[in-house]
Amino acid sequence: MITALISLNKDNMSVIREQDVVPFRNRVKEHAVKIKMGLVNQTKLITAASELVRNMLRYGGGGEVLIEVVSRGRDNGIRLTFNDKGPGIADISLAMKDGFTTGKSLGLGLPGTKRLVNEFDIKSELGKGTKVTIVKWVNG
Amino acid sequence: MERIPILRMGQFLLVTIQVDLYDRLALDLEADLVKMVSKTGAQGILIDISAVSIVDSFMGRIIGNIGVMSKLLDAETVVVGMQPAVAITLVELGLPLKGVFTALNVERGMDLLKSKIQIIEEDIIDPDDDYSTDLS
Repeated sequence: MITALISLNKDNMSVIREQDVVPFRNRVKEHAVKIKMGLVNQTKLITAASELVRNMLRYGGGGEVLIEVVSRGRDNGIRLTFNDKGPGIADISLAMKDGFTTGKSLGLGLPGTKRLVNEFDIKSELGKGTKVTIVKWVNG
Repeated sequence: MERIPILRMGQFLLVTIQVDLYDRLALDLEADLVKMVSKTGAQGILIDISAVSIVDSFMGRIIGNIGVMSKLLDAETVVVGMQPAVAITLVELGLPLKGVFTALNVERGMDLLKSKIQIIEEDIIDPDDDYSTDLS
């Protein structure tokens, strides 16, 4: 049986410049600490967030991030939703491949991020933007 | 403008990263370090990341770049003090930081750098020794 996911706390933040990244990471950390997430999972979550926010800045020209404390059954966790209005991703399965990049990076961002979190979802529409959602459970 | 200070100690350059790096700061550090190696003729770089809680793929790439660039200028790079959680995250991310030496703490990092430089010096002296006759 799949129990519904309940959102307990919402926090919206816009990231449009490179200087917004560090405060954003700190905000995510605050929420993770509040629900008593362990250090390793915290580090994984913040690293994942950092990868996605960089993608959003580089390819999507910045956007909004929704930080939520979520609960499903006995599990608590953090859900992050990254929304940009950039050009979108033409081929998502290609973008999810290790080593693929259209920019100058290593091409680890998306596939690496997926390995660091418990749930990962990406939706993109050409010319409209990209939405990435990740969830990291406290005990995940 | 904010900058990461680089300290010179004998043949080595020391960098302690105490703040959360954003991209510009990391890129500046990369450029500053390479310039500094060229200017001072330093043979080793020691980067202390014990206060860094996040190393993402960008930061990892910068650290790797510093290692490769300084190698081109004949200097070795040692990264010390990585937090366990950072090591776990880096490997899962798929970025095992090849190309740079690592050590647990500053003391061991210094020893490692010294031993690397000694080996290089011995290599230079060796050809003049006994077994140079082997080559002829």
